Amino acid sequence: MTTVRVFVTLKPALLDSAGRTVAGSLQKLGFSEVEDVRIGKMIELNVDSFDETRVREMCEKLLANPVIEEYRIEVAR
Amino acid sequence: MRVAVIRYPGSNCDQDALHAIRDDMHLQADYVWHEDRSLSGFDAVFIPGGFTYGDYLRCGAIAARAPIMAEVQRFADEGRPVIGACNGFQILCEAGILPGALMRNERQKFLCKDVYLKADNRTSIWTEGVDRVVRIPIAHGEGRYIADDETIEKMEDREQIAFRYVDPSGNRVDESNSNGSIHAIAGVVNEKGNVLGLMPHPERATHSKVGGTDGLLILNALNLVGSNL
Repeated sequence: MTTVRVFVTLKPALLDSAGRTVAGSLQKLGFSEVEDVRIGKMIELNVDSFDETRVREMCEKLLANPVIEEYRIEVAR
Repeated sequence: MRVAVIRYPGSNCDQDALHAIRDDMHLQADYVWHEDRSLSGFDAVFIPGGFTYGDYLRCGAIAARAPIMAEVQRFADEGRPVIGACNGFQILCEAGILPGALMRNERQKFLCKDVYLKADNRTSIWTEGVDRVVRIPIAHGEGRYIADDETIEKMEDREQIAFRYVDPSGNRVDESNSNGSIHAIAGVVNEKGNVLGLMPHPERATHSKVGGTDGLLILNALNLVGSNL
């Protein structure tokens, strides 16, 4: 079995209103070095065999919305 | 005219939609389960609001891949009336039947109130009866419409922007665009104009005893088309 991690993030140009709220909270807690926060998702898949083309297909068909999101695939070693 | 109200796990405006169509518009309507594969015997589709699949992954993402969606796509292609309100709008965007996407409201807050809408054009069956500013309720946390500049430009050219948020006098002001949608877009149609997605709930504004009847101006499209398709 292979563990595959898919990171889905909002396209950089888009406003991440949840991230902005978290940034504001961190700043209020005294972490003044925080300039920006972006929140994404990490989706962990356990597959019996890893085929990058198949995982890309999963991302295109369901896991990410290409209108607003980007994705990155990582295979756990 | 017989309207299919599609139900998914987590739909919660399905009864409102059925009631509005049957009891306030006096048309036929029946529920169709998302796992069904046929819309035979129906003339139009209403995809109701709710929180399908608990909004897991993205709002509407999982519902958009349900078996019934192939039939909804067929209705869209054949020019039959299809409407998705709130989560229904999110589902139509996720299915790729409508352009763009719906994101978290600009100021995070879940918005539950009446808004004012103006039809941007009168060329779609869904907008041709909307000859004035209408007051319709919204109830959503993720209704900020977004599409890239190129898409928006194409949509403007093809008169696909159906409704925008305005003030009661019909002016586009920032305060009226409470979820922060791009260009104050509240609803859009496909290129043919037969598929409408909008965040407001016209099915909650079809009787004077429950918040007005302005929703009928939009839903009247179901009357215009009849069963002659």
